[in-house]
Parts: sequence; structure tokens; C-alpha cells
Amino acid sequence: MTTHAETLVRTRGTTRVRRARGPWAAWAFLAPVIIYLVAFYAYPLYRNLDLSLRHYTVRSFVQGDAPFSGLDNYRAVFDDATFLPALLHTMVFTLVSIAFQFAIGLALAVFFTAHFKLSATLRALFLVPWLLPLIVSASTWSWMLNSDSGIVNYALSIVGVEQINWLTSPDWALTSVIIANIWIGIPFNLVILYSGLQTVPGEIYEAAALDGATGWQRFWRVTFPLLRPVSAITLLLGLVYTLKVFDLIWIMTKGGPTDASTTLATWSYRLSFGNLLPEFGPGAAVGNLLILMALFFGLFYIWRQRHD
Amino acid sequence: MTKPLRTGIGVILTAIMLFPVYWMINVSFTRDTDMRADPPHLFPFNGTLEGYRAVLDQQMPYLGTSLIIGLGTVALTLIISAPAGYALAKLRSRGAGVLNFVLLIAQMIPGIIMAMGFYAIYLRAGVLNTVPGLILADSTIAVPFGVLIFTAFMSGIPDELINAAMIDGASRWRTFRSVVLPVSRNAIVTVSLFAFLWAWSDFVFATTLDGGGEYQPITLGIYHYIGNNNQQWNAIMATAVIASIPATLLLIVAQRYVAAGVTAGAVKD
Repeated sequence: MTTHAETLVRTRGTTRVRRARGPWAAWAFLAPVIIYLVAFYAYPLYRNLDLSLRHYTVRSFVQGDAPFSGLDNYRAVFDDATFLPALLHTMVFTLVSIAFQFAIGLALAVFFTAHFKLSATLRALFLVPWLLPLIVSASTWSWMLNSDSGIVNYALSIVGVEQINWLTSPDWALTSVIIANIWIGIPFNLVILYSGLQTVPGEIYEAAALDGATGWQRFWRVTFPLLRPVSAITLLLGLVYTLKVFDLIWIMTKGGPTDASTTLATWSYRLSFGNLLPEFGPGAAVGNLLILMALFFGLFYIWRQRHD
Repeated sequence: MTKPLRTGIGVILTAIMLFPVYWMINVSFTRDTDMRADPPHLFPFNGTLEGYRAVLDQQMPYLGTSLIIGLGTVALTLIISAPAGYALAKLRSRGAGVLNFVLLIAQMIPGIIMAMGFYAIYLRAGVLNTVPGLILADSTIAVPFGVLIFTAFMSGIPDELINAAMIDGASRWRTFRSVVLPVSRNAIVTVSLFAFLWAWSDFVFATTLDGGGEYQPITLGIYHYIGNNNQQWNAIMATAVIASIPATLLLIVAQRYVAAGVTAGAVKD
């Protein structure tokens, strides 16, 4: 009955009651998600931080009495011979992937803005790579890039290119996972940029066309500048998502051969789970470095979104 | 560019983009003896169903487990995120801004790091290698997204509708259940679809938290396949084709929800 009375008061426009009663109802509805976030987000992250600050062995991991070791794990990670290559590969993988995803996605988005027969259907079909489970895409690409029997090497052999050991040669492993990742990321860029293009008013194009602008000029002088806010958000979000790619690389190359395609994400996994003797401390330390990088771009993204 | 020409180019571009998908299907029907043929067989003429027979023989438990995990994740995600979305959209509370911010940040945390934290917790709690444990972990992928979608959608519900219900004497919970939820059908569908798909596709949590489990999802089924019998690619690809069915259904049945889901949260209206 109190809620009833409250509503009556509220409809009469008394805001004081709303302030007094509103929060309790709101918190009742918010309680599950807040408890959830604390228990299943904050606590695992805290555990991860704790892992990175202690010296663990398999025994102490189970018993939970590992000695505090400060930043030793971080120091060990920085001194590790894998650190610089992993950092470099993470940067190359992320930047090259999103550069191509964005460029191809944008070109396709512009292409699809003209409504033609089948355009909606074809645009929907473009989503398929993004929706497939990563293990499906990764294993398909693994077989396509197989050195001896893969379709890619066969196609290249027709134009006279010698066999490339895509996944097994240190020179090509990183390129291979980047190619597969670009393929997976194009749909996301296409959809967001396409929806961004929908907001550009048609009259602007008509005006530009009347002024005699060619298609190319129209794109660079009109479309691209108007699309800048959406582009910034797409790129930043792409950055955050690509930094954390793990499945694809692990399934295709396991970060190998000999670290040739190891990124911070795969290295972190390998340290904690990939060896017979797990190194949870250093693994968690690498993971936390990755969080810092993701948060840096993530906060930048949120800031951008608020200011547009 | 004329319109028929555009359609032609569009079809060619789509064909190039979807070639890997075609290749997966083609290889799933290819005989073991033709697998390393030179030139490769571009069409599955003289094909075989061996691969699919292997799926029926060996992969059914994995598929069943994935289905249960997917449905469990959907239920958990909806229970947590729908009330939260309602509160954020309609019941002004002081912490709303902070909570929205936390949810955006939560989406950016790499899964592999969450997995490590969960591993440490689960090991001691004894829920490692269990289906409920994996459902709980998988739901963390979808809950922040769910809250954002529900908030965005429920903000669009007219206040008059909610106030009318409350004047009629309905409690807030009643109003939520009998008025807000029924009109939020589209949001429920979108969140459910994505929660299911992400749980179905999850590999990171599966391999870390359920790697030694009795019941394992299909992503691990494929992963073990690749590791064990490197040669039987028709069976691997047949499993991959089957594992892609939910994604395909989703696209056919709910195309507009998918595009809405991709853009939601990324771009402010």
C-alpha cells in the first residue's frame, strides 16, 4: 500500500517523496547485479592481483599459503626473454588487424549504402564470420593455411608462388593469425560504420553532387569527416577487443613456433596453464599488464563517447 | 555504378568473404583419401558422410553439454540483468552513473584474466570442472552487455505506462513483471541470443575451468579433435559445421536483432 500512496503523491508532482522512496526500490532491483559484479568480477580480479604478488608453487596454490613476494613476478616478467617479443607481437597484431578491418569495413559500408537488389541479404551474410565460434574459424583457417594441402598455398601455386609454411614458419605465423583475425573483425566494423553512415543526411550528398563533386571527393570531403566520431569509437573499441584476442592465436599456432606469434594474452595463458609446471604468479602478472593496456584504451573510448 | 552491377560486385565480395565457410563445408564432406589431393577438390563430388558419422558417434555428449551451458547462461544473464536494466532506466538512483561506468569497464577486461581468477577461486571452492561453474563464468561475458541493452531499451518505455500500473495498486515488482517485461520482448530476445551464442562459442573459460571435466562443451570437443587425430579433417570440419548451426539459425531468425546487438553499446544514439 505504501507504493500506492507514493504513486499518488508522485503523480501530484511532489518530488520529495520520490527521492525518499525511489532509492530503496532501485537498490532492490540493483542488488543482484551489484552482488554479482562484486562476487564474479571484482573478486576474480582481486584473486588475480593477489596471484601476481605472491610466490606460488603447485602446493601453495592449492593450500593458499604462498608467501608475499611484492613485485618479484613483475620483475621476472620484464626480464623474461619472451616479454619484448610478446609486447611487440601484441602491438603489431592489434594495429595491423584493426587497420585492415577498419579500411575494409569502411569500404564495404560505403559500398552497401547504395540500396541495390540483395543488399540487405548480402550485408547480413557478411556477419557470418563474426558469429561463428572462434574455434570453428580458427580450425578452418588452420586447414586452409596448411603447408602441403591447404587451399591458400594451392591458389598461390597457380600464380607461381612457392609453398609458404604459414603456421609452422617463424616468419609467417604472426601474419597468418593476423589474416584470420582481420577476417573475423570485418563484420563488426562494417555494421558499426554502416549504421554511422545512415546518420549522414542525404541532402549533404545531393548538395555536394550539385557542386560537381566526384564520388571520390564526396567520400574524402563529406563522408569521412562526418564519420569521424563513429570512426574513433570503432577504432578504440576494436583496439580493446583485439588486445585480448587469445583463442584464435592459441588454436592456430599456440603462440609458436618458438614465440613467433606469442602475444601477451597467449603468453599469460601459457605461463599459467600451458606448461606441466604452472607459473601462476608470472602468468597473472602478464595478465594484469594486459588489463592496464585495455583499460587505458577503454577509458579513452568512454571519454570519447561522452564527449561526442 | 549501375544497380545491377553493384549487385554483381556485392555477390562476388560476399562469396570471397564466405569462402572459408564454404571450404569448411566442402572439407566436411571430403573423403580421407582425397583430403591431400593435388589439386584440392573444390566441390564435394564423390563425397562422404564419414565426418558426420564421426560427429554422431563421438560429439553428441559435447553438443548436449554446450546446449545446457548455453541455456543456463541465458537464464542467469536474464535474471541478473533485466531488473538492473529496469532500475537504471526508470528508478533514478544515485549510483547509476558509477554502475554504468563499471559495466562498460567490465566488458573490456580480457577473458583470459577473468579465467585465471576464476580458476584460483574454483580450485579451492571445488567447482572446477563442473557445468554450473562454467555457466557462472560464461555469464560474465553477457551480463554487462545485457544490462546495457535492457537499460537502453527500457528507457524508451513511456513513464505513463508504468505509472498507470502503479496507480492501479501494483507493486514495483508486479509492475516490472506484468508491464515492463512483456513490452521488453525485443530486448529479452537480443540479450538471450547473444548470451547463448557467447556461451556456446566460449573456449577460454571452457579450457581453463572445465579442461578436466566429465562434461565438456563442443568447443573443447573440436579442440581435442585437432590435438588428437590431426588427419581426420572431415570429422573436424563436420563438427565445426554442426557447432556453427546456432550462429546460422540466429542470423536467419533474428537478423535485425543481431545488427542491433552489434551496434548497441558501441554507438550512442
